[in-house]
Amino acid sequence: MSSKILLNSKEIEIILHRLACQLIENHNDFSNTVLIGLQPRGAFLANRLKEILSNEYQIKDLKLGLLDITFYRDDFRRRNEPLEATNTTIDFLIEDKNVILIDDVLFSGRSIRSGLSAIQDFGRPKLVELLVLIDRRFSRHLPIQPNYKGRQVDAINQEKVKVCWKEIHNKDAVYLEHNS
Amino acid sequence: MKHLSVNHLLGIKDLNKNDIDLIFETADHFKEVINRPIKKVPSLRDITVANLFYENSTRTKLSFEIAEKRLSADILNFSASQSSVKKGETLIDTVNNILSMKVDIVVMRHPNVGAGVFLSKHIDAKIINAGDGTHEHPTQALLDSYSIREKLSTVKGKKVVIIGDILHSRVALSNIFALQLQGAKVKVCGPTTLIPKHITSLGVTVENNLKNALEWCDVANVLRVQNERMEINYFPSTREYTQLFGINQELLNSLNKKIVIMHPGPINRGVEITSEVADSNQSIILNQVENGVAIRMAVIYLLAQQIKR
Repeated sequence: MSSKILLNSKEIEIILHRLACQLIENHNDFSNTVLIGLQPRGAFLANRLKEILSNEYQIKDLKLGLLDITFYRDDFRRRNEPLEATNTTIDFLIEDKNVILIDDVLFSGRSIRSGLSAIQDFGRPKLVELLVLIDRRFSRHLPIQPNYKGRQVDAINQEKVKVCWKEIHNKDAVYLEHNS
Repeated sequence: MKHLSVNHLLGIKDLNKNDIDLIFETADHFKEVINRPIKKVPSLRDITVANLFYENSTRTKLSFEIAEKRLSADILNFSASQSSVKKGETLIDTVNNILSMKVDIVVMRHPNVGAGVFLSKHIDAKIINAGDGTHEHPTQALLDSYSIREKLSTVKGKKVVIIGDILHSRVALSNIFALQLQGAKVKVCGPTTLIPKHITSLGVTVENNLKNALEWCDVANVLRVQNERMEINYFPSTREYTQLFGINQELLNSLNKKIVIMHPGPINRGVEITSEVADSNQSIILNQVENGVAIRMAVIYLLAQQIKR
């Protein structure tokens, strides 16, 4: 298996700040906007953005929820490995809120589809936007596109984009792995 | 990745500690789901579940039914009293007819011991035992342990006494297996006539004095006297049973600690437990009912995960 680095920690840092600024442009003080990280991997990105927004851009009382989509997935019983659920922690209603769904990699779009169904169970959002760190082009199974993206990547299906976070992998980095 | 080690839920005896942990972790997620404004997930949209009740039930039947609905499964309900069983149809014929309607999971309560095991050998569907005679009632034991875990943060090392009619109780047997698997110490307490003769071979201790049993325990699981299963008199009178084995507030106040009171329902108020105790803050009876839905959702979800088409 060969692996190539797509983004190093410095580049990720710059991208996160750029994404934070783009969010502020559209959502001002976030008074009616909530961040929802998709579990498990989108949670790291969502937490990091919340940190930047509140510490460096002084956004107060920013609401962040983590959403598990396991029970909404369309591949239940259709895959060999069982699905393992993670926690959902959304302690606010999203009725009439602007929701920013956050995930690390956008690939087929199926996780986001599940996330869109899941989010409905917490109320009717006014608007839902999608933020991803990596957008893999030409690999979508569904008509889903991000509103905010860190980096666009052209990768073939045998390749895998791996996002590492310092919280669990000791450093921030994005790799393109090729199974050959 | 985690799987259940069994293909059906017939009894706690077939499970291992990992299975119980997996069921509890999954139930934690479902407990969060059933406390949402919209208490439903679409996981089991293409699964059909038949609830076969050959014996009366309120709580268990409703609990399974709501659990299935919360998972978006389609449901067939069947009670023996209103069916062709009365016309002489055998169990296998009834179930095979139901399966011809493309049912994936059968939840069954039956008055005969081993009915679930028998069925699992003859038909091609997932079987969940919702109580078979005086044998096992696995989901009740799971929700009891889950409720203890929720209240006392762990089951391991806790002392649990099961009080009352142990002889006729499937809840008692399943609870003994489940509690021991998780490292709890179990004692049974009741009139000698209602304690099975060889119960100590399961590794539980026996106590005939209620006060001593309560002094010893962290949790008291109070069972109902099952008059419907008694063909002879096991104790002189209900009044005497209540005096010797009924739990009242005075008795609880006389202990030097605050124990947790559980009851699988239905309660005979004033017989095995007074209303004051049943409705007190020491009692977790209604938490048990809420947890029952989450546990049943977890069991159905984990078994449905094994169904391949």
